[in-house]
Amino acid sequence: MYDTWKIIAGLLVFIGFVTHPFILSIGKEKLRPNVEINSPEIMSLPEGERKCIEPKEFMRKEHMKMLNKWRDAVVREGKTLYVNSEGKSFNMSLQNTCIQCHSNKSKFCDECHKYAHVKPYCWDCHIEPKENIKKEAKL
Amino acid sequence: MSNIDRRDFLKILGVGAIVGIWGGSFFEIVNKRELEASIGSYKKAPEALQAKKWAMVIDIKKLNKKIINDCIEICHSIHNVPTIANPKEEIKWIWEEKFKNVFPEIKDQYLSYELMEMPVLVLCNHCDNPPCVRVCPTKATFKRKDGIVMMDMHRCIGCRFCMAGCPYGARSFNWRDPRQYIKNENKEFPFRMKGVVEKCTFCYERLARGLPPACVEVSQGAIVFGDIENPESAVRKILSTNLAIRRKPKLGTNPSVYYLL
Amino acid sequence: MLELSLKGSPRYWGWLFFLAILIGAGFLTYLYQFQVGLGITGMSRDVSWGLYIGQFTFLVGVAASAVTIVLPYYLHNYKKYGRIAVIGEFLAVSSILMCILFIFVDLGQPTRILNVILHPTPSSIMFYDMIVLNVYLILNLLCGWVILMSEKKGAPPPSWIKPFLYIAILWAPSIHIVTAFLYQGLPGRDYWMTAIMAAKFLSSAFASGPSLLVILSMLIRKFTNFDPGKEAIQTLAKTSAYFLVVTILFYLFEVFTAFYSGISSHQYPIIYLFKGLDGYSKLVPVMSICILLAVIGALILVTPPLRKWEVTLTIGAASTFLCMWLEKGITLVVGGFIPNPFGSVFEYWPTLPETIITIGVWALGFFVLTILYKIASSVKEKAIFDKYGEKQIKA
Repeated sequence: MYDTWKIIAGLLVFIGFVTHPFILSIGKEKLRPNVEINSPEIMSLPEGERKCIEPKEFMRKEHMKMLNKWRDAVVREGKTLYVNSEGKSFNMSLQNTCIQCHSNKSKFCDECHKYAHVKPYCWDCHIEPKENIKKEAKL
Repeated sequence: MSNIDRRDFLKILGVGAIVGIWGGSFFEIVNKRELEASIGSYKKAPEALQAKKWAMVIDIKKLNKKIINDCIEICHSIHNVPTIANPKEEIKWIWEEKFKNVFPEIKDQYLSYELMEMPVLVLCNHCDNPPCVRVCPTKATFKRKDGIVMMDMHRCIGCRFCMAGCPYGARSFNWRDPRQYIKNENKEFPFRMKGVVEKCTFCYERLARGLPPACVEVSQGAIVFGDIENPESAVRKILSTNLAIRRKPKLGTNPSVYYLL
Repeated sequence: MLELSLKGSPRYWGWLFFLAILIGAGFLTYLYQFQVGLGITGMSRDVSWGLYIGQFTFLVGVAASAVTIVLPYYLHNYKKYGRIAVIGEFLAVSSILMCILFIFVDLGQPTRILNVILHPTPSSIMFYDMIVLNVYLILNLLCGWVILMSEKKGAPPPSWIKPFLYIAILWAPSIHIVTAFLYQGLPGRDYWMTAIMAAKFLSSAFASGPSLLVILSMLIRKFTNFDPGKEAIQTLAKTSAYFLVVTILFYLFEVFTAFYSGISSHQYPIIYLFKGLDGYSKLVPVMSICILLAVIGALILVTPPLRKWEVTLTIGAASTFLCMWLEKGITLVVGGFIPNPFGSVFEYWPTLPETIITIGVWALGFFVLTILYKIASSVKEKAIFDKYGEKQIKA
């Protein structure tokens, strides 16, 4: 065939590009997220009342979508109360409701986010819990 | 399609793959935008203040240096508004201007000098017919049913069309990350990021908790706030017995902030 | 056909390399702006739009000016424009690309740009601007490419391209009218609050675009074997001449309305631009040069012997283009914001990073233009022309 070496070189570059994440992680430890749900605020609640807004499985899967719905409800519709599936009411606010219990952002939220390589930019504006306040300007 | 050559075949394959993948994922994304099983419901808080149309009356004669500074201070501190010294990039939600600059149509050398130089508080007028809402390409600034012209910081793309559209200069833009300019943060209210526009929002978060706007609270009666469509409200009562003017009425914006002379 | 752009003289590659350096510098500076924010520009709370939006406004006009060639040729069969119809369309493609880029670099949150599509707002002129700009880009790319391709193959263009051509002719004024509506519908800015804004935009577009095409055609004639034709260049110059005169007249109409009516709010921006206001006069030299260039351009382009002699024609065309660039690219946008809603003046001048990014975007536009023109001239070089200047399709 024509241009044999150019084609082979191109193929090698392509294969290298497509498989580089896998190649680079050969030999590295597979770090599963080590989520610590026991923040001081949660521990101070009695045993039976350590429940999030919605059940754990639902929150794991849908917390981002729920936060988006909360955002639209509070900002765009002026509704501030969320009545969950069990009838309990909550004030819809990331930094005033969610973070009140989950005050250990770096051991809770960031663990899974780092593992999934997700960088939510909520914290560009919403104030992080005290342990993680960075003073320098962020992207 | 019998005489299709290899080049055209590859082209059709490529385009088909792109359309198939994009089309399929677009369909999925659009369908999945709502929660799988929408649980929970959204309500207004029972203590929230409601109105058909919020309005504000500022009594110029009652304003003095202390009240003006208190109003600006409380507003900017509870909303984490940065203090930027450079006037090029400053951000202000409520501030002080001279009467002659606020009402240039009335400015005249033969009218009372004292009146012309009097300090006046200016802020977003939450117009009934707001040009800023009309021009916003993403509805990041929008008019709520109760008359407040709101800002959705999550949606703003920072095009600054609203700033060009506002005839009152009420809007500020975050030319840089504002966090470096905030000394004392109010932990119950977020900051803004760089690249979005901000302005007074009639303290919508306080209204939702049943409180009046912060400037109204510290104004010692110089600022009155209420539902202008309710004949029993304080604003209606004041407006029916006093002479009040609005800024640039000729422009058809129908502002909701009145100034008592 | 892209492979035609890969063969070129060292001068061609040198030019592309030079542009690539400018693009790189602009891109790196943009990364800096993306990191720090728009505060690195000269824009302020009072003058919230500056060089970027000014350049966008000007380039929309240049893009729309392709219609001055397309309309006479495709609608009225003005054969002299046969050789350069594609040249005009490709200029439109490059200009619109620059427009879209200028809007992009001006945004505070560019990663959210899709919000304009996800949340359509029919009341916002910017929404329509986004639609018309993108459609116009696709239209011109499609029309220019298909027609050039059929020329390369030595056949007449396919008949299905005709509706797209007619739509493109209608679309061209619309992109500029929509951009003018961005300005003339804002109640608080007296410099822009005039019904003649859309007409001014169109006339300045049809003055600046053809002037640029005159210069580009002469450059193409110099650097390639493709000759756009003396007649075509002359007609372009005549178009530019009369639209320049109309633009100057429109501006004088504005001055009359502002000063005869005595309404000071309409006068202040004009006074600021021409004489200075409250001691602030940064834009007065800009406006003075603009007037000088307008006079030179108009005199040369309107006078037939000066227009025929290509030395003066170049000067005249360049003057016209630069004059419109200064007027639309800087003074229009900045003048609208001065004085501010409280009557005071806060001046604007672009900063160095802002200028580098602007040059980078222009360089990208010229890069795309060079490549497209290389393709076009490579195709057209091979055509044979008869004694009437009409193209003979190769046997």
